[in-house]
Amino acid sequence: MPTQQSPNNHQQTNNKKRLKWSNLYTFSCFKPPKNNHLSDFGQPGFTRVVFCNDSSKHKTKPYKYCKNDVTTTKYNVITFLPKSLFEQFRRVANLYFLLVAALSATSLAPFSALSLIAPLVFVVGVSILKEGVEDWHRFLQDLEVNSRKVRVHVGDGKFVDRSWKTLRVGDVVKVNKNEYFPSDLLLLSSSYEDGVCYVETMNLDGETNLKIKRCLECTLRFDDEAKFDVFKAVVRCEDPNSSLYTFVGNLEFGENIANEVSFPLSTSQFLLRDSKLQNTDYVYGVVVFTGGDTKVVRNSMKSPSKRSRVERKMDHVIYVLFFMLLLISLIASIGSVVYTDQWWYLQLMDDTDASFDPGNPLVSGFLQFLRALILYGYLIPISLYVSIEVVKFLQAMLINNDQHLFDETSGKKVEARTSNLNEELGQVEMILSDKTGTLTCNQMEFRKCSIEGISYGGDVNEIVRAASQRMNIDIESYRFNLDGEDSTPRDSVEMVEITSDQVLESKNSVLDGEHDTKSLRDSGIKGFNFRDRRLMNKMWIHGSNVWDMMMFFRVMALCHTGIPVENEEQPGSNKLKYEAESPEEVTFLIAAQEFGFQFCRRTQSSMFVKEIDPSASEVEREYKLLNLLEFSSSRKRMSVIVRDESGQIFLFCKGADNIIFDRLGDGGRTYQHATTMHLANYAEDGLRTMVFAYKKIKDSEYEEWSSSFSKAKAVIGPERDELLENVSENIEKDLVLLGAVAVDDKLQDGVAECIDKLAQAGLKIWLLTGDKKETAVNIGFASSLLRHDMHLFHLSLSRDVESKNQLKAMKDDILNQIEASRQVIINEKTKDDPFALVVDGKALEIALRNDIQDNFLQLAVTCASVICCRVSPKQKALITRLVKKYTGKMTLAIGDGANDVGMIQEADIGIGISGMEGMQAVMASDFSIPQFRFLERLLIVHGHWCYKRISKMILYFVYKNIVFGLTLFYYEMYSRFSGDVLYDGWYMVMFNLFLTSLPVISLGVLEQDVSSDICLQFPALYQQGQKGIFFSWKRIIGWMGNGILTSLVISILNVYVLSPSAFRKGGQVVDIAHLGLTTYTTIVWTVNCQIALIITHFTWIQHIFIWGSIFSWYIFLLFYGALPPEYSKREYKLLIEAVGPAPMYWIVVLLVVVISLLPYFIYMVIQRSFYPMDDHVIQEMKYGRKVVVDDEMWLREEKSSRKPTQIGFSARVDAKILYLKDQLHRKKMFIIKSITNSPIRRSISTNPLENRD
Amino acid sequence: MKTYYYSLLQPILFLPQITNADMNPVTNGALKSKKTSKKPEYSRFTQQELPAWKPILTPGWVITSFLAIAFLFIPIGLVSLFASERVVEIVYRYDQDCVPEMYRGNVSAYIRNSLTNKTCIGNITVPKKMDPPIFVYYQLDNFYQNHRRYVKSRSDKQLRSAAYESSTKECEPEARFNKSGDPVPIVPCGLIAWSLFNDTYNLIKKDKVLNINKKGIAWKSDTKVKFGSNVYPKNFQSNDLIGGGKLNESIPLSKQEDLIVWMRTAALPTFRKLYGKINTSLEAHDTITVVLENNYNTYSFGGQKKLVLSTTSWIGGKNDFLGIAYLTVGGICLFMALNFILLYVFKPRPLGDPSYLSWNRKAVN
Repeated sequence: MPTQQSPNNHQQTNNKKRLKWSNLYTFSCFKPPKNNHLSDFGQPGFTRVVFCNDSSKHKTKPYKYCKNDVTTTKYNVITFLPKSLFEQFRRVANLYFLLVAALSATSLAPFSALSLIAPLVFVVGVSILKEGVEDWHRFLQDLEVNSRKVRVHVGDGKFVDRSWKTLRVGDVVKVNKNEYFPSDLLLLSSSYEDGVCYVETMNLDGETNLKIKRCLECTLRFDDEAKFDVFKAVVRCEDPNSSLYTFVGNLEFGENIANEVSFPLSTSQFLLRDSKLQNTDYVYGVVVFTGGDTKVVRNSMKSPSKRSRVERKMDHVIYVLFFMLLLISLIASIGSVVYTDQWWYLQLMDDTDASFDPGNPLVSGFLQFLRALILYGYLIPISLYVSIEVVKFLQAMLINNDQHLFDETSGKKVEARTSNLNEELGQVEMILSDKTGTLTCNQMEFRKCSIEGISYGGDVNEIVRAASQRMNIDIESYRFNLDGEDSTPRDSVEMVEITSDQVLESKNSVLDGEHDTKSLRDSGIKGFNFRDRRLMNKMWIHGSNVWDMMMFFRVMALCHTGIPVENEEQPGSNKLKYEAESPEEVTFLIAAQEFGFQFCRRTQSSMFVKEIDPSASEVEREYKLLNLLEFSSSRKRMSVIVRDESGQIFLFCKGADNIIFDRLGDGGRTYQHATTMHLANYAEDGLRTMVFAYKKIKDSEYEEWSSSFSKAKAVIGPERDELLENVSENIEKDLVLLGAVAVDDKLQDGVAECIDKLAQAGLKIWLLTGDKKETAVNIGFASSLLRHDMHLFHLSLSRDVESKNQLKAMKDDILNQIEASRQVIINEKTKDDPFALVVDGKALEIALRNDIQDNFLQLAVTCASVICCRVSPKQKALITRLVKKYTGKMTLAIGDGANDVGMIQEADIGIGISGMEGMQAVMASDFSIPQFRFLERLLIVHGHWCYKRISKMILYFVYKNIVFGLTLFYYEMYSRFSGDVLYDGWYMVMFNLFLTSLPVISLGVLEQDVSSDICLQFPALYQQGQKGIFFSWKRIIGWMGNGILTSLVISILNVYVLSPSAFRKGGQVVDIAHLGLTTYTTIVWTVNCQIALIITHFTWIQHIFIWGSIFSWYIFLLFYGALPPEYSKREYKLLIEAVGPAPMYWIVVLLVVVISLLPYFIYMVIQRSFYPMDDHVIQEMKYGRKVVVDDEMWLREEKSSRKPTQIGFSARVDAKILYLKDQLHRKKMFIIKSITNSPIRRSISTNPLENRD
Repeated sequence: MKTYYYSLLQPILFLPQITNADMNPVTNGALKSKKTSKKPEYSRFTQQELPAWKPILTPGWVITSFLAIAFLFIPIGLVSLFASERVVEIVYRYDQDCVPEMYRGNVSAYIRNSLTNKTCIGNITVPKKMDPPIFVYYQLDNFYQNHRRYVKSRSDKQLRSAAYESSTKECEPEARFNKSGDPVPIVPCGLIAWSLFNDTYNLIKKDKVLNINKKGIAWKSDTKVKFGSNVYPKNFQSNDLIGGGKLNESIPLSKQEDLIVWMRTAALPTFRKLYGKINTSLEAHDTITVVLENNYNTYSFGGQKKLVLSTTSWIGGKNDFLGIAYLTVGGICLFMALNFILLYVFKPRPLGDPSYLSWNRKAVN
């Protein structure tokens, strides 16, 4: 057996196996560029000169280009401090705190400088530290990339391993299989004789299929290390730019300078950095662009620092508070000047204090103003920033440690990489998702096939199963009604029979499926998820029409471009692995092997297949490969023409259904009807389908065609392609349909359910993929983003417009299409049909131009789902930005590859999938999740919580500081704006530090309106975040008002109750210290009781923090009062001696606290009673009633809380049920007796067809 | 065993991960267990599943809390009002009456002149029986003892101990007395002490002088700790500009309770300060003659001066505001409670009524 070679000579055989790939391709898609831009070289934009294999010339100007090390860091050692400090103090609030801290060092400060400087240092320090750590991670990542090794030519044909960063322009490098290209290279030669290599560009555009690159003929011979000692050439090419799909250049090359010839270069010689060499043992290339000049780096963007909307809004709140601060400071300073009378007991004539100089009111006013700015600084609490940082850190910790967000299979968990965006998770409205690696796991599976009009491998699909199960329940209850009234009991019985039959069947198939899966898993065939006993284990040979069956398998085994490779994992087995241009082809080959048609060898002209004969014996047959008519996006089909051992010539063709059906001969349409039905079913399941057909060709016919084909091939010029296509068309006709296959681009676990839940929560999901349209649409169906009853708009450039390449025409074309779609929407608005939009990359490029982007976005937003295919990384980012700007909605971008980085950075929240190998997406992301499905819990549970927590927390913080700050101001009015402080300095420090900080943090970390499972059960709760109701201006103003009211109540009541008569039985009256202490006590009580009113979720932690805060105030007083008077000043023994024993003190506290909280309490009661919000009602339903919670009402509300969606699994089930009911109804009207099949199944299978009509 | 050590060492030595496909199953297992150990550990805190009390504002809660406040506040209000009612307070304003007719046009000339006769006689009537102790206060109006410049103009150190006699930095502008070119510290220094209140009162009931006890009017912590028993007034009121009262230089500050009371700066511009106590009871309709020295200058800033005689109760002096406030709040809460009770009787809202859910409401609209 040729495949069972020992591992030792494996390498050798690979070398032997070098094929002239070019021979396989009858017409190359890589034609030489038509215009060489020869005249452009040397002009601006085309100035780059590369001396190949002579990198020393690039050490000096003018040919000195940048180095190959890539830095993504924001700072370096020197710039870190100044730059990050600058970033910090760009925040207005921080600048204010800096000013205050500076002033506090002067004599103007009402309290100690330390109490102002320390928190500032903390806040700025923490932020800078965070920046530093993040940058350090980026630095490590860069270090890792920059020190990767590549083999570089150092002269005399010797290659040594060098790190990537040392690469220079002009270096010749050797890249081995499965390695990444260290920079943009010009391909010189490869391990294949004809200089072809396969490249995977997953990191660049997310495409998984391999791309063929091909070197110039003239450099083909440099395919060995030793040969490079004499290689010299010069490349003149374009300047560095970000366009991934273009490259213009010339290679000047010759044996010596005299006979140097200039060869035009194109993208097919151009290897991009970060793409991967595959299926090719090695390539040699010349470094053309390095480091920052490479296209992929040019495509990347500096990671922007993101701030959450809540925080940005908080800035506006801060501005309002600033305004308030300035206002009261102004009032205070003016008041101070106006009211500074010449009271004799102040001796103001003695000008010892500039703040009270009646002779110089301007100066005193200004000084008083500065003092007031510091004094009332409590309105703008720096501790708010500290607390938010702390809370967000803790929130992130809770997200990181959620067991439900842990992926057992990959061992990875959800990680909040930046904690500033936690609350944004609760407000997302748009999700922009990548496809490959995000929704799908980049794994193709052979799922079903339809041969001779019989479908194989089909278990009933999920949607039908879910629909029929629910129908059955409905009808069960319906039947009881019918029994009493309906005159035709037979009918109903039949209906029940039908449905139960269906369910039974589906159940069986589920069981079978499970069984089969198990056995399949055991055999471990990757890419083959097919279960049908009728085809497995040679069972098919007992079928009726074995000939067509065999032809079907032959198409599968022969019509492809793949090659077999040894199975490295199981060296002993006789199963082969395959490598091919597209992963689908691989699955076909694997499937063919499983069915007994093992494609085992390919030579230049022949293909060898081990077949199973109808006699059940195994034979190896050789097929001479006569022609291969390549797949292209316009042809949408591929054919091979082979001659079998008996000399018969066959054409095997596979392709898209409509293309093949058009080319069927009259005798070849036997199975067309059945196959069409199956195809529709497959497509609805989101499977990628392909139709197989064949044709027997007479020798004479072939000869005739072959000669015309050769003629067409010989033509040189632009019409060559067209000619070839026409000629191919001549032979690809009168085909005989064999059947169809369906391949599953496997979705990741739980993707469909997750999308379903997210849609119910009111999120819109757009799919942005670099993959081609068909694939994208397939996944759209598989993930329920698309339904078959949707009205699908396709936006793509028509071919002739595209070929003309005129911007005006293209714009008009797109505009017309958009306009037409909009007309349809207007006309069909009354119908409930949802709309979907599929946009092609080129069309998108036009549609996103400034003048028509609004039209486009308007259309896109009205569609239930939008799928953009063939989009470049830049376009992904651009769409994200425009959607964000146009809709003003919170966007979330999720992706896994380097091509998603732009979009991840651009979106409000970027999420990277951490399961895959590439780390770029994760590095750029704000959150990393192992699988798409974790998005559901991350958003609906954690997002919802975090949003509510942060909003409540900020509002409370504003409230609490207004209460505190304004009491200071009111006291000023009683002291003639002299700037005296009612409270002791330590009280002031204590307020935000100990007495009120912990309850707020517990609010911000632990608050839950409802538990996590209720969040999941009622996705509608998520919409509270989308509407932003918890941090609306209404609420902000409300809380500010509450704060102002409370501060008034506190100040006025304390003053009027405590003065002027005695407050103790001993006749003593209050002095400043007594009043200060009492007022302060009421504030501590009030704000802490207020937070207890806000919190709806009390664990022991909240209890300890809230009541402990109040308690600690008294502890502090006792401690402080016990200090000797040198330290405690006027607070000496204040509580024990003076205030504590007075009943008046306690009675005032009770009065003030109750009155302060009463307005809020009444508001709360009225809101709860008359205008309850969803979370209130759900709380009441869940916790308020004694009856069982999971009763009918609960379930009903759970159901109706879901936003009616047009996408997602449940929407499809609903549609299906509607349809089935309709069918049943019809059935009742016309009873059809002669039904052999299960009627429902039949009705299902006809469903898509009818829809199409 | 080897593999065991390997897996132990791996995290320490940062050994490269083994990626060979043909790794033996034992190592595989070890690695797998290392992988799964990444799983976040379960704790009720990290999983946010701590047992929690989730109070819901049910109608029961609403009515209960309103009623509770009402039932707590109304009695307290009544008791306070009652206590305030029992307090007898006599307020006698004398600042205008005590300026002789001839000086009414030029009060400052009268008050500034140390030679004018400041004695003034008035009568007050006791409205109700006053039980001892009866507190004698003076009440000043529009006097900003809480002015920042005033409040900080004192030296606690100097007051506390004789050792810090010259610690007068904070006392500007009343810190030093220029004694023949040599600035010596003033004790007690500062504006507060300097502006000491110096009106004096003598009360005569039926030709018998009522004894006003001026001891025990200051806080214990002041007389014991904050004002030193070895600190004697020095150079006080010696500057040209004389503020208020003078002090007896032979009595230590800790005994000068008038000063101590004055130095406890009042919080508000209208304030009372204890002058002394009367330990005999006053009967209703008693007429008391007040003989006072009207020394203190409140005229320059339009302040009023009042003499206050008051008894106390457990809430202190007369204070109707407190009781009224309590009663008002209690009344409001009672009103709210009744309203809600009526509401729930006539139009009960079932708890957790799903028709209030936003999606159901939308459907109705």
